[in-house]
Amino acid sequence: MNYETVVGLEIHSELSTVTKMYCGCATSFGSEPNIHCCPVCLAMPGALPVLNKTAVEFAIKAGLAMNCAITRSGKQDRKNYFYPDLPKAYQISQLDTPLCVGGYIDITVGDEVKRIRINRIHIEEDAGKLLHEAGGGTLVDFNRGGTPLIEIVTEPDIRSSEEARLFLESVKAILEYIEVSDCKMEQGSLRCDVNVSVRPAGQTEFGTRTEMKNVNSFRSAVRAIDFESKRQIEELEYGGTIVQETRKWNDDKGESYPMRGKEEAQDYRYFPDPDLVQIVVDDEMLERIKSSLPELPDARKARYVGDYGLTRYDAEQITNSRCLADFFEKAVSGGVSPKAVGNWIIGDISKILNEKSMEAGDIPFLPEQLAKLVTLIEEGVISNTAGKKVLDELFENPRDPELIVKEKGLVQISDEGALKAVVVQIIDANPQSVADYKAGKEKAVTFLVGQTMRATKGQGNPQMLNKLIKEELDSR
Amino acid sequence: MNYYDLTAHEIHDLLVGKEATSEEITKSVITRIDSVDDKVEAYLARTSEAAIEAAKRVDAKITRGERIGALEGVPMAFKDNLCTNGVKTTCSSRMLETFVPFYDAFVVKKVNEGGSPVLGKLNMDEFAMGSSTENSYFQKTRNPYDLQKVPGGSSGGSAAAVSAGSAVFTLGSDTGGSIRQPASFCGVVGMKPTYGLVSRFGCIAFASSLDQIGPLTKDVTDCANVLNTIVGHDPADSTSLNVSKVDYTKALVNDVKGLKIGVATDYLQDGVNDEVKAAVLAALDVFRSLGATVGEYTMKAAKYALPAYYIISGAEASSNLARFDGIRYGHRTESFDNLKELYENSRSEGFGDEVKRRIMVGTYALSSGYYDAYYKKAQKVRTVICNDFKEQFEKYDFIVTPTTMATAFTFGEKTGSPLEMYLNDLCTVSVNIAGLPGISIPCGFDGGGMPIGLQIIGRTLGEEMVLRAAYTFEQNTQFHKHRAIIGEKEGRSV
Amino acid sequence: MKLTVDDVKYVANLARLKFGAEEEGRFVSDMEDIIGFADMLGEVDTEGVDPTFHAINLQNVLREDVVTNLYDREALLQNAPGKMNGCFEVPKVVE
Ligand SMILES: [Mg+2]
Ligand SMILES: [Zn+2]
Repeated sequence: MNYETVVGLEIHSELSTVTKMYCGCATSFGSEPNIHCCPVCLAMPGALPVLNKTAVEFAIKAGLAMNCAITRSGKQDRKNYFYPDLPKAYQISQLDTPLCVGGYIDITVGDEVKRIRINRIHIEEDAGKLLHEAGGGTLVDFNRGGTPLIEIVTEPDIRSSEEARLFLESVKAILEYIEVSDCKMEQGSLRCDVNVSVRPAGQTEFGTRTEMKNVNSFRSAVRAIDFESKRQIEELEYGGTIVQETRKWNDDKGESYPMRGKEEAQDYRYFPDPDLVQIVVDDEMLERIKSSLPELPDARKARYVGDYGLTRYDAEQITNSRCLADFFEKAVSGGVSPKAVGNWIIGDISKILNEKSMEAGDIPFLPEQLAKLVTLIEEGVISNTAGKKVLDELFENPRDPELIVKEKGLVQISDEGALKAVVVQIIDANPQSVADYKAGKEKAVTFLVGQTMRATKGQGNPQMLNKLIKEELDSR
Repeated sequence: MNYYDLTAHEIHDLLVGKEATSEEITKSVITRIDSVDDKVEAYLARTSEAAIEAAKRVDAKITRGERIGALEGVPMAFKDNLCTNGVKTTCSSRMLETFVPFYDAFVVKKVNEGGSPVLGKLNMDEFAMGSSTENSYFQKTRNPYDLQKVPGGSSGGSAAAVSAGSAVFTLGSDTGGSIRQPASFCGVVGMKPTYGLVSRFGCIAFASSLDQIGPLTKDVTDCANVLNTIVGHDPADSTSLNVSKVDYTKALVNDVKGLKIGVATDYLQDGVNDEVKAAVLAALDVFRSLGATVGEYTMKAAKYALPAYYIISGAEASSNLARFDGIRYGHRTESFDNLKELYENSRSEGFGDEVKRRIMVGTYALSSGYYDAYYKKAQKVRTVICNDFKEQFEKYDFIVTPTTMATAFTFGEKTGSPLEMYLNDLCTVSVNIAGLPGISIPCGFDGGGMPIGLQIIGRTLGEEMVLRAAYTFEQNTQFHKHRAIIGEKEGRSV
Repeated sequence: MKLTVDDVKYVANLARLKFGAEEEGRFVSDMEDIIGFADMLGEVDTEGVDPTFHAINLQNVLREDVVTNLYDREALLQNAPGKMNGCFEVPKVVE
């Protein structure tokens, strides 16, 4: 039987505020444990929370960027449960008045645009960190405790792990564009819970879903969804049933398993936090935040397709990173071909970034230098192959590409007389190729071009060489 | 004349007139504690040396000819749920037996800035849950008017200390009557301000939407001066009101002519002690004789305030007290093999029965399937009670009730049944539910010489009206001048 | 409202409290009394009445996003019954 996978995501993103949600402690990582703590975020007796204004504004900004309606009068609620990383034994979250409701993000799947609806975005605080001591007990570090989060909850509109990945990329891009989160997956600033169910193709009602926790990267999300949908399909194929449960994703093993303690029915006893007051979003505040929104990835994508003639796919590749897109725009602003710049960015530059595990923001050279590189190729000064060498050099020791070309002797030979001499010499040395050519094997030309390129140390103008070789062969 | 019998404003006059030094006065109160506290047992911790040092600083200031504030040099003490930097703060619980805060409560900071020597920390019902201070893990505080009787609660230590002359004034907290009821039992003045007027930062929370800190004093003038010191906006408490500063001593006007008094007759019918009723009716006559008019009304939701209170406060407490888990501070059990046992044993050993009962009831009221029927219903009844008050305050300037239906009771008399103990808060809880200001002032004595309290309730931020009414009553009666004689059953003297 | 030992056990588990058998019985009857007392709330007509969560209505009490706290870790940890390497210590957490 054919099955359809149905996925819903709950994405937690840390907001890049300077201080925590309810106290003036700095939000920062990698420091000594329990340094960025105070009576409030350690839940000392008598301590009280005061909400961070920027966190509220950031959450609203995210909601607007994701096409949500903003709740004009909301509250914060306590979610009660005991865990050592939760000092108050309740998390301050939002139950029935999330700051943002009913939005969507459009993703491009193949050639089609697909809308993924967002149910809600609410604010809540992060928990501390448990460090497991080998052999001993567990240590608790509350530096992260109380960091502002937004939780983005989708409708079950996602139908594959690929769609989930595209959606997550879009979320990350939007948050980056509006500068409310730095979205560093490896530091846990974007995490998600993944709800998966399967159903026979064509069936309208949903199957029983499971929820997977501990999914900490886009790659894990893809793997976790694939694993879980396969597991569920197999279960159903063998006549089993799916149990609604919370599972934990183990990324090392590439599998999920039921969380311990599921016998403990979850009864969070949510109620409005009496230490906190209403959040009222008035027109003035809403307008102010709206007007602070930059151009969003979708709008940029459309512009790149319309103004620069990029394909939708290419445009999305570039606009998914604000840094990359900014770099692209600066590079093309001087008038070089956007298509060519785009190809360099999506191709070699992205590849090198990947290999060096660098972010777009870490590109060491200037957009103008990339533009120069493209110009040098377009003007025939250097070959494409030489261009790659120039790019490698730009990553190693960024400087004017023209200088690199000179220093490395990469200038293309376009002197017809000089090239003609090399061509004659190579053809003389390869009679078999001449015979092949005469027998109709076009491939011989390619071989001879390669040989002449080698003879010119890669500096021969390939188009010119091609032309000269054909002329010479035809003349024999 | 004993210094320890004086009010804060009398002491202030002596200091300013250089008739006594703060050191002499502070030492007089310390000596008083030394001689009576083994009987009254109001103090959990004493900070005599620091108090004397503070007193000396004030004296130096006076010697230099500098002006001093109204409470400067006047020795006081705090209820033990108010965090004091470097001084143990236990909430009278085994849970916090060794807890030493590294921060001050907002009010503690204010009092310190005001220059009052701090004598120590006062006994209370564990986590402020109770009406007799019998729920303290550490000791039983006795009523200075009769050592066989309870001082009331939960601020029993704060009321008894003022009543016994063991502190000139104290601070307590009031969630359902915890300042006013013990004030009434111990014959002193106790006020719960409008919710949000005094910052709760550093007050170990019982029920966040009801808790409010307030003064216990020997008279209404002192009450106004203490209010002046502790009221103020605190950016660290989201529920702290940001209102313009008022000088409450300006409200001390001996005049109620033309004012309209509402009397909630619900508290003068079934169950009220005859002597209490007579004292309240006599007090109303005093007001009438001074030109006020008295109107009677019945509070529609009067009998529902108590059950609503016990659900709301229990629910909030169940969550507020969840942080006491034996991890970052507080009692940690010695017998545990895993995390769950650490939680369960630490909490079960650290909390007393009444605290556990409230946590259980509150957890139940919030749990799946019961939220609507109990917690949410109680909050709707709260709306009804608030509206009821609003309606009355359209007609009346202030409302009068007895503070309690009876005078102080004997130890153990009500410990058998939690519900019977809860009835102590009958007249006071609705004031917390609606966030209103309320004061209890002495208005008589029963046949056994035990004090009777009169409760005056004002509208939101109506502290000035409450103080004016209380002050006028006080200026025209003598009850506030009585002092307890410790160890004498008939402990009344003028 | 009739309460059972199982009800008390369920609530006690949520609240991380533990009772002996004798205590459990006492809590059943105490809670039954208190909850039974609260059942009286059902008599109040609250049709169309909104709940009041705060007696005083405040809104938008917000803090500027500026670092204001600087505490000594020693002070933060001074009351901890179990600590190690600048952290609070708990028994091994099995997930
Ligand atoms: Mg959440
Ligand atoms: Zn903090």
